[in-house]
Amino acid sequence: MNWSNIITVYAKELKDSLRDRRTLMSMIIIPTFVMPALIFGVGKIATTVFSKARSEIPTVMVLGGETSPGVVAALGDSKKVNIVPTAADWKQQISDKKIRATVQLPVNFERDLAAGAAESVIIYNYDGELKSGFAANELEKFFRTLRERAVATQLARRGLPATLIQPFETKRENVAPPEKVGGNLLGGIVPYLIIILCFTGAMYPAMDLTAGEKERGTMETLLCSPVARVDIVLGKFLMVLTSSLAAMVLALTSMGVSFAVGGAIFSGGGAKVAVVGKVADATSAAASSVMPSIDPAGVLGVLAMVLPVAVLFSAVIFTVALFAKSYKEAQSYVAPLIFVVIMPAVVGMLPGIELNARLALVPILNLSLVCKEMLSGIWHWNYIAIIFGSTCVYAGVALALAVKMFDREDVIFRA
Amino acid sequence: MIEARFLTKSFRDKKRGEIFAARDVSFRVEPGQIYGLLGANGAGKTTTLRMLATLLKPTTGAATIAGHDVVTASTQARAQLGFLAASTALYGRLTAREMITYFGELNGMTSAAIRARIKVLADELDMHEFLDRRCDKFSTGMKQKTSIARTLIHDPAVMIFDEPTLGLDVMTARSIVKFVRDCKARGKTVVYSTHVMSEVEKLCDVIGIIHGGRLLAEGTLAQLREKTGEQDIEEAFIKIVGMEDAK
Ligand SMILES: Nc1ncnc2c1ncn2[C@@H]1O[C@H](COP(=O)(O)OP(=O)(O)O)[C@@H](O)[C@H]1O
Ligand SMILES: [Mg+2]
Repeated sequence: MNWSNIITVYAKELKDSLRDRRTLMSMIIIPTFVMPALIFGVGKIATTVFSKARSEIPTVMVLGGETSPGVVAALGDSKKVNIVPTAADWKQQISDKKIRATVQLPVNFERDLAAGAAESVIIYNYDGELKSGFAANELEKFFRTLRERAVATQLARRGLPATLIQPFETKRENVAPPEKVGGNLLGGIVPYLIIILCFTGAMYPAMDLTAGEKERGTMETLLCSPVARVDIVLGKFLMVLTSSLAAMVLALTSMGVSFAVGGAIFSGGGAKVAVVGKVADATSAAASSVMPSIDPAGVLGVLAMVLPVAVLFSAVIFTVALFAKSYKEAQSYVAPLIFVVIMPAVVGMLPGIELNARLALVPILNLSLVCKEMLSGIWHWNYIAIIFGSTCVYAGVALALAVKMFDREDVIFRA
Repeated sequence: MIEARFLTKSFRDKKRGEIFAARDVSFRVEPGQIYGLLGANGAGKTTTLRMLATLLKPTTGAATIAGHDVVTASTQARAQLGFLAASTALYGRLTAREMITYFGELNGMTSAAIRARIKVLADELDMHEFLDRRCDKFSTGMKQKTSIARTLIHDPAVMIFDEPTLGLDVMTARSIVKFVRDCKARGKTVVYSTHVMSEVEKLCDVIGIIHGGRLLAEGTLAQLREKTGEQDIEEAFIKIVGMEDAK
């Protein structure tokens, strides 16, 4: 191993790659601009759709309202729902989204309620449909209030205190520090993004520097220079690793900046970031209401844990792409690997899956889980050590494999 | 100097089984000499030359480049070697100057030495006008000149050419032939493979006829004529190859 040769190869590959549009896209443009735009865009659309659904006054139908005109009138007056005339095909209309829900009142509901007890009120909705759910919620709320009022009347009539049926109340309060809340919300998605970016960042240069060179016939030119093959592999590998890390760091930085600036825009009112000093407080408060703050130590921890994973990805993609004769062939080998990478990352995103000693040995999944913890301010040093250590071992093995493959003439000169 | 002793290379092929791309190939080339390896497609020229250039390891047999064994001292052997083949391309996204500089650096030259050497080579090969343009925009002639400069940057003692005129137009091919002759004049040891009879006739001091991985005959043009009783090199070639196939 000769470092001056490795650096010569690395410097040339860096220069060469920065002139390659495909690598430039996957290493710089997409992580810096497209990724945050995509995430903000999806977030923005989701918020808009949700609040629009919220603000819509749902159309509902009332069955059996003839014997309870007072209740129907009160429901109509509430302005929370929009009552349409009863039709026989109400079920179909809910399915067709012409109406959102239907409520069925028992016969003589009003009279029985005044007397003290009535039969059940049934609310029909389309399960899993957002707007239908909102309509059902509104109906439920209306009838709950109606019930409470009936109870209060009955109690008053008997001269009993209202606390009889509600002797105490329950309240929920959050004791987790703000970064923990941030960790739980962001903790799922950030490790996932990091893993994908590390992979896609490594992908194009890894294919270009191996199969691409074979295809263009420059591999043979390079191999007749008096540089040991191990130096060539390491120089090339460092370039792939650079691209992988660059993609990840650029995306995170860009997203961090977007959050800081965009937090204000999200909260709506305090968006005029004119007087920076004065607005800073308002902005951070607004930002934390949308994006809870993240522990900076957690971010550094995540970056440290990602390093061996980036080495692992770079070495694996490099080795796989080395087998291919052409860039196209390499793509067909490397593309399926994305699923191998995404699956554990997705599993790590699922709520309820917690780190343990066995999962700490599963590559990618362990990163996903430990990142979630670190961003929540939890530091299980024993697991962190296992994960870092095991990933370093996997990465080392993958890199050794890449070096070995590069020395095999049936791989380099595949006929 | 180049010395090959019983160079043999076999490949395992799924359909054809074990193929001997080269079998017991032995020859010797002295400084100032051009050795021509003449053979049809698939005769084993590229395999033989790749073994000399340390790109492939011989299955059996051995070879030395300027005294360095191609297996045990492959780095030193490559340091004495310039290898030019139809399959050794240029980096399209680098300029000619960057390309040549890169190979100077890989050969351990200082940047001052590289600059001086590029100046000399660009003068000789008339490259100044396109030295700072990117290789992917070059004509075949410009590419060929850049490749030559790349092989010569470290002024190697041994030059190996594997069908360097393959697919080139007449003018470019002629300039290559002239350049190979220049190498000889400077006392370099040269191996030149081709399937074009006229090139061998014009260029080579010693000719080796290779067929089916074996070196069937070796000698000067006069010796081969005498051996076969044919004046024309093409007839001589056919006769030698035909005698082998008849066996
Ligand atoms: N990597 C390889 N795997 C299998 N067979 C090969 C390989 N390289 C060359 N051959 C075979 O070896 C023989 C000689 O090939 P080659 O040396 O390229 O001949 P030439 O350069 O004279 O055309 C051919 O039959 C070719 O198919
Ligand atoms: Mg050939």
